[in-house]
This record gives sequence, structure tokens and C-alpha cells, in this order.
Amino acid sequence: MGKKIKITINGETVEIVKGTSILEAANQAGVIIPTLCYHKDLCVAGNCRVCVVEIAGQKRLAPACATPCDEGMDVLTNTLKVRNSRKHIIELLLSEHNADCTNCYKNGGCELQKLASEYKIMNQDFIHLVPFRNYTIDMFSPSIIKDDSKCIRCQRCVRTCAELQGVNALTMSYKGEHAKITTFFEKAMNDVVCTNCGQCINHCPTGALVEKNYIEEVWNAISDKTKYVVVQTAPAVRVGLGEELGFEPGERVTGKMVAALKRLGFDAVMDTDFTADLTIMEEGTELLTRLKGALVDKNPDIKLPMATSCSPGWIKFIEHMYPSLLDHLSSCKSPQQMFGALVKTYYAKARNIDPEKIVSVSIMPCTAKKFEAARPEMHDSGYRDVDYVLTTRELAIMIKQAGIDFMKLKDAHYDRLMGESTGAGVIFGATGGVMEAALRTAYELVTGREVPFEDLKILPVRGMEGIKEASIKIENPLEKWSFLDGVELNCAIAHGLVNAKKVMDSIVAGTSHYHFIEFMACPGGCLGGGGQPIPTNPEIRAKRTAAIYAEDEGMPMRKSHLNPEITKIYKDFLIAPLGEKSHKLLHTKYTPRKRY
Amino acid sequence: MSTNYQLKRADFIFKDENDWEEVLKNNINRPPNELINELISSELKGRGGAGFPTGLKWKISAEEVNDVKYVICNADEGEPGTFKDREILSKVPFKVLTAIAICGHVIGAKIGFIYLRGEYFFLQTELNKAINEFEYYCREIKFDFSIKIFMGSGAYICGEETALFESMEGKRGEPRNKPPFPSAFGYMGKPTVINNVETLAHTYTIFKYGSKRFYDLGVQYSRGSKLFSVSGDTPKPGIYELELGMSLADFVDEFGDDDTKAVQVGGASGFLVPRKRFNETNIGFQGKLVGISLPTGGSMMLFNSSRSMFNVLDNYLNFFAEESCGQCTPCRVGCQQLLRGIKAVKRGEKNAQYLDKMLKLAETMQFTAKCGLGQSVANSFSSIVENFREEMIY
Repeated sequence: MGKKIKITINGETVEIVKGTSILEAANQAGVIIPTLCYHKDLCVAGNCRVCVVEIAGQKRLAPACATPCDEGMDVLTNTLKVRNSRKHIIELLLSEHNADCTNCYKNGGCELQKLASEYKIMNQDFIHLVPFRNYTIDMFSPSIIKDDSKCIRCQRCVRTCAELQGVNALTMSYKGEHAKITTFFEKAMNDVVCTNCGQCINHCPTGALVEKNYIEEVWNAISDKTKYVVVQTAPAVRVGLGEELGFEPGERVTGKMVAALKRLGFDAVMDTDFTADLTIMEEGTELLTRLKGALVDKNPDIKLPMATSCSPGWIKFIEHMYPSLLDHLSSCKSPQQMFGALVKTYYAKARNIDPEKIVSVSIMPCTAKKFEAARPEMHDSGYRDVDYVLTTRELAIMIKQAGIDFMKLKDAHYDRLMGESTGAGVIFGATGGVMEAALRTAYELVTGREVPFEDLKILPVRGMEGIKEASIKIENPLEKWSFLDGVELNCAIAHGLVNAKKVMDSIVAGTSHYHFIEFMACPGGCLGGGGQPIPTNPEIRAKRTAAIYAEDEGMPMRKSHLNPEITKIYKDFLIAPLGEKSHKLLHTKYTPRKRY
Repeated sequence: MSTNYQLKRADFIFKDENDWEEVLKNNINRPPNELINELISSELKGRGGAGFPTGLKWKISAEEVNDVKYVICNADEGEPGTFKDREILSKVPFKVLTAIAICGHVIGAKIGFIYLRGEYFFLQTELNKAINEFEYYCREIKFDFSIKIFMGSGAYICGEETALFESMEGKRGEPRNKPPFPSAFGYMGKPTVINNVETLAHTYTIFKYGSKRFYDLGVQYSRGSKLFSVSGDTPKPGIYELELGMSLADFVDEFGDDDTKAVQVGGASGFLVPRKRFNETNIGFQGKLVGISLPTGGSMMLFNSSRSMFNVLDNYLNFFAEESCGQCTPCRVGCQQLLRGIKAVKRGEKNAQYLDKMLKLAETMQFTAKCGLGQSVANSFSSIVENFREEMIY
């Protein structure tokens, strides 16, 4: 801990650690200071100026977010000068903002709107600047809509794209009155390195960056009596959805969510966790096959480390940034796409439904899933495998529209055939989860024993550190896997693409010694996904993580290979992991892309 | 400040003195502390316009413990109406180079940079020749110091010291949050002294002649001489070295065309002084003097009765709306509102009281903008609108 110093805020003495910002000190003292460009995930920009406060003895006001406290500082947060300045700044922002609130997707969730309401900005008579601009809305991306007319240039998206993701698809360009957030050469979001991760959406205070929503399309499908609408829910949705509907962060709402989906009118409510378990079977087998190929057969075409392929943001990232390393990716589709391919084949056949009539919807914590579902290769069932992808936020909107009192719902169960899952499937939603799930199954398949961790908790792969490493030594394997005897399986986990980049660079440099790496595009994994409730910040991510692991511990089965519906699908349909049907339906290829 | 103070010319900066080798050699053999004290007792203040005591600036950087430090000469001379640095660098480059090197000796830096305004590319060849010669001599006397030119790209904001660092680091030229200040966390996060070209040229004078020679010029709180870039409605535009502390009335007597209605002191980010205030206005740094003291980077624009102050303000605001970096709200949007606001009043789309709302807005910009650019828009805006209100309306 640093040195403690004393300052006064509005006359009250506060003791804080030297170097603490005024904003943080005020927070500790129970004084709320409004912010716009500030976000706990990001570096301090200090550019919106809405957090200005008065420091006694100084003529100019200081931005609370960017000003460190000094011993004896006398801070005033609610003087006439401060209030008038803040009001001016909010008015200025509104004057360059397309404040057509009732026509805005973020209506009710906009931080600028909230401030305007708090400060009662009425009779605003600054000249409205939007009509002088030639704004067009970028709607080309299947995931993200960018409307510059609503942008307040806080640069949260720019910092997100650079600091969390290392993608730099968004940047500030031009200066002065022409300053705006643009892409490379002002191309559409669809034509640049954007990974569609949606972190910019999650960090945008206004409606300038929002997901492309498919709410009406899904309502239409539900009302169409000729359609059979199937929905799948991703692991991370159950620990985030509650936040949009009145619960505190960290509340698990699995049963209520299933009940709500049934009330919305979906014909079948099933679980992406099921295909997460299936992914483990396929990907685990692929890993062991690769290990054999590389270690025993010394086949130079088999690439190690093998990288996971569940995160579509990560997939697009590697396609753009490391197109020559695509062979490292597991060929497994993501759980969403496995589900999509199976629902129009396996499920349709089993339930005797014409696959053409099936509309497959997924609820995801992710906006990149929208892009993934729209990939041309994702038609292995003979139809588009996943028709519509909704984010956690969009589902919450539908639940509200349907007039469902979510908090009063009784828990319901997923439907059969593709609704059963294990704790291993659930933890896919957290960083390290895929790794942990894979190790639980792979280790047991190889050695016939459980992973040597108490209560199956593989703690080294958990936590919020950007890059995590773990090693498991394989001893006394079953005869079939004897070539792995004594092999130390080196694993790494990276979340947030900026960390993925570091790991990839170590592979390029040849300094990496890993066999298996889990990559997740978003900080914290899917539970911190771009489609999750806003705000998402370190504390909220920690709560969702705790909820995910609690969900895991509460499951009767916690290892993918024990899932009875998995056993059934292999018996009735797929035959064996990496079998012919698996190859057709559950595995995919990747597309090398350029950076520009 | 006495009201009968006369305009006093000085001749240090452009004085042809071919003795930089000697000045360099003598001074790099003096202990840094002695040089800092010399500067402090000269009371030299930054000549870029902000007027931070130069000796103190060097002292703080010298006290920072770091293996790598930098000296940067800010030659991003972009203030409308200023053209003195260009002349210094083309006429007496060795004085500046010597001063940079002495500063390096004082604070413990091995590398100096000249951040040259993009539009001054034509100075580059000659300046590089001078640098080669200078570095050659440094090697000869075994003084380890090198100087590089960094070309700006034409943004006014990059004259702001922290935006300048960002620009040099290859980033978008946007001012940083302060603190930390450059003396501790400057270019590449290292302790950095950044001085205006003219400031460095004055340190040459001080190190050559001693601080007293310099201190004896000017008046209390505003010691020494200063270069003035005189332009506008004047029969003799040009660059003049004058002692600080002169009254604006004396200045107009000397440089006006007998029809001067106002003088813009300090360029677009400075103040407009109307005729009725010439007598009470002194040119120098704020201190406990009688009357108004106006600090300046040296730009003196004279306007006669043929000029519309509306057009002048319109011109300034266009400049600011264009040259704001665009990151902070008060500056980015504020400049546009002021610009469109005065036009709306002029056209009758907004009533005259709207000017009062804009004066308040200008004040907010002064209190809340992130850097000197946005903070100083209020200077010209308020002084023009308050003194020439009727020209804004009719």
C-alpha cells in the first residue's frame, strides 16, 4: 500500500492512498461525480470534462478522473461554478449529438441521456450541429451498427479496441470540428479488421455503437405457425441476463431464463452447453490425435499448439492477423454452430420435423456470433445452421416486451435431446473454462483417472490474469495412450485479444512451448462478452465468474463425457468423435484474411 | 509600472556573434547548479507565451533521477501572427543549438530535438548543416550530445508541449492530462525540458553575458527583452527586440498608422486591446503592477478603423474550430458553438443576448478545457465581444 494522505471533499476529510484520483477518492467518500469518457476497463482519457471539480485556490476546474489527490487538497464537487460548467458541457455534447432519443435503440440505456435528465437540460438553445454534418449510418456489418451522429467522441470504443483487443479497428481521425471515430480509410465496419467482438458496443455510453438486432425477425418467426422455432442459450447468458431484469450482478437465472423463453413462445428451448460438452468430445479427441501425430508419428503437417475455436471474435482476429497460422486452430465449430448444424439434422430427424420449417435462434453473450452464423460455410445442415443470433441484451428486451415479470418466474427445465449438459459445458462461459472442461475429460480418457485437482477445480486455469499457464503431467496412461506417458501437457489461456496477440507472437517467435491454448476474444471470456449487459466492468465480471463456477459445482455431472445426451447422440447419430458425420457437421475450415 | 516608460529597443538575439564554440565550451565546464542559479537570477520566463520560469523548469528536470532525459526545442511556431522563431532559426541557429546542448549538460540529457513546424520545411536543409557542424565540434571537444530535427505535420495543437510529445512518439497529436508534467514525464515518458526557440536563444545571452545584463532589462516580474512579431495595419511590419514592460500606447505610437483601433496581443489565443485601453495596458507577465499586464508569445497585430472586428473574430474562431484536436468537449464543441453563434447573431437568427450566453460558455471553456488551446479561446472571444459588441450585432 502506498502512503496515506488526507484531503477534504466538500468539507469532509477523507483518508486515501497517495496517487488516488479525485474520482476514486470521492467514490470512497460516498460522493458521486458524473463521468462519460471514464471506464474502469480503460486508461484514463480525461476528455469529456463532465467530471470537473473545483480545487480550492485554483481558478481552473480539474477533471476528477485524471487528477491525482495531493496532501491537503480541498475538493469541492458541487459549487455553482462546477454545476454550471457541467451543465454547459452536457449541453455542448447534446448539441453535437443526434438526440432523437425516442428513435434510439439505446433509449433508456444511454449515459448521456441519463446525465441530461439529472441536470434537467431543458430549453437548450445551443445551435444543433448534427444537420451540418453529412452522417451516414454504417449498417454493413452483421453485428455492429455505427451511427456517428450519436457519437460524443469520448473515445471509449477507440481505447477498448486498442487496449483490450489490440485490434485498432476504430480510431480517432481528423481534428477539431471534423474529429470523429473512423475505421481504416473510413471503410464499413464489415470491410476492416473488426472482429465483431462488440466490446466497443459494451463500452459505448450512447447509441453510436449498437448491435444489429434481430428482435423483430425472431418475433415474426415465433408468430409464424408454420415455423418450428428452436432456441439455444449460451453458458454465459444465464449469469448475465438477470442484470438486465432487476437482479444484482452474479445472480444465476438459468431456470427463469428457460421459463421466460418458453413463455416467449419458442417451440423448443435447449442448451448450447450441450454442444459445449460435444465440443469437448470432438476437440479433446482432436487434441489427442494431434499429440499422437506430432509426438509419435512426427508428422510435420500436424501443428502444435492447438488453439481453441469457440470464440468467433478470436477466429476473425487470427484470420486477419495471423493468416499463416490457421492450421493451429482446432477444426471444431463453436458450440453455437455445432448446435445449429445438429438441430436441423439430428434433432429434426428425431422429432420428425421438416428441417426447412425449423428456425434456429441462439441467445449469445456475443455480437461476433451474429457474424459467425452468417458465414457462408455455416450451412452444413443443408440450410443456414443458425438463423438468428440474439445477444443477452436483446433477449432481455423481448422478455420486457412480452410483459413477463421475470423475477416472479418459476424455474423451468430445458427440453430434451439437446438440453442436457454438465458443469464442464457451463464453464465454457468463463476464461479458462474450455481448458478446464477439456482437461477434465481428456485426462480421464487418457489415464482412466480424474484430473488430480480437488473437486475437479483446476485452479491454475481460472482467474482474470490476461495470460494463464498450466501444466499437467500424464502418468500411467491407459495402454492406448501409452505414448503420452510422462508427457507434460503445457496449456495456456488468453482472454482479451491483446493477450491473444502476445501468445500468438510467442508462437511466431518460436518461444512458446505450449500444446494447447484456449483463446477467448473478450476479457473474462464469454461472461464479459460484447453482447452482455451494460455496464460490464472488472467487478461485474468477477461476480459473473463466481456465478459460473457456482453453477458448475451445483451440477450433478461435471465432466462432458458423462453427459447422457452426448452418449446418446454418438450412439444414435454421430457414431464417434471425429467420425464421418462429425466431420461433415461439426468441423469447419477457416479463411485467411488481410488486414486491409 | 511607470506611465512614462519609453519603448526601449534591445539587440541581443540577432546580434552577430560568432562565438558559440566558446560559449559552449565555457558553459559545459560550469557545474549545472551554477548555470541553473544563473538562469533563476535572470528571471527569464518562457517566451512561448505561458511564461513559466525557465530556471525552475531546468532545475526540476535536473533533479529528476533518470538515465535518459531529453531537451526539446519547440519550433512549432503556429500562433497566428508570430514569425520570430523562424527568423531565429534561420539567422542565428548556433545560439539555439548551443543553448540546447547547455541545457542537456545541465539536466543530464544526451539528445536534443528541434520540433520544427511542418510549414518550415524550407529551414530543414540549412538547419541540418548547422547541426552537423555543431555536432562535429561537440565531438571535437569530447562533449557527447546530438541534436535531431523532428518535422511536425502542420497541426497547431502540436505546439502544446504534451501534444508535441505524442506527435513525436508517432501518435495522434493530442494533449495529455497534467500532472504528470514534462519535467518528470515528457517525451517517451522521460524527464524532458521543452523550451521555445526564443527562450533558448535568451539563455545563450544569459550564459554569455551573465544574468545581470539580462535582468537589468525590462521591469519587475518581466525581466529581459523579447522579440515581437509586428503585423497588421502598420507601416513597418517585422520583428523587433524590445524590453518587456512597455506600455501599449508607446508601442502603438511607434508602430501604429495613426488610425489604430485595436491591437491583438499574443495572437489568436491572446487578448484584443481597444484604443481606450492602450494607456493602461503593459506588455509583460502578470504581476503586481499598475494597470493591465498582458503576457504574450510576441505576436502584435494592429487593426485600424477599416477592419471589422466581427471578421477578425470570425477568422480566429474558424482557426480554433479547425485546429482544436477534437478530444475534449469544451474545446471541440465550444469552438463550433462560438463560431456559429456569432454568425447567427450577425444574421439575426439569434438575439443579441445570445452573446451573453456565449460569453458564459467561453468562460466554461477557460475553466474546463484540457489544454491551453481551449482555455485561451475565451481570451480573444471575450475581449473582442465585450469591447466591440455592436460590431458583432450590426
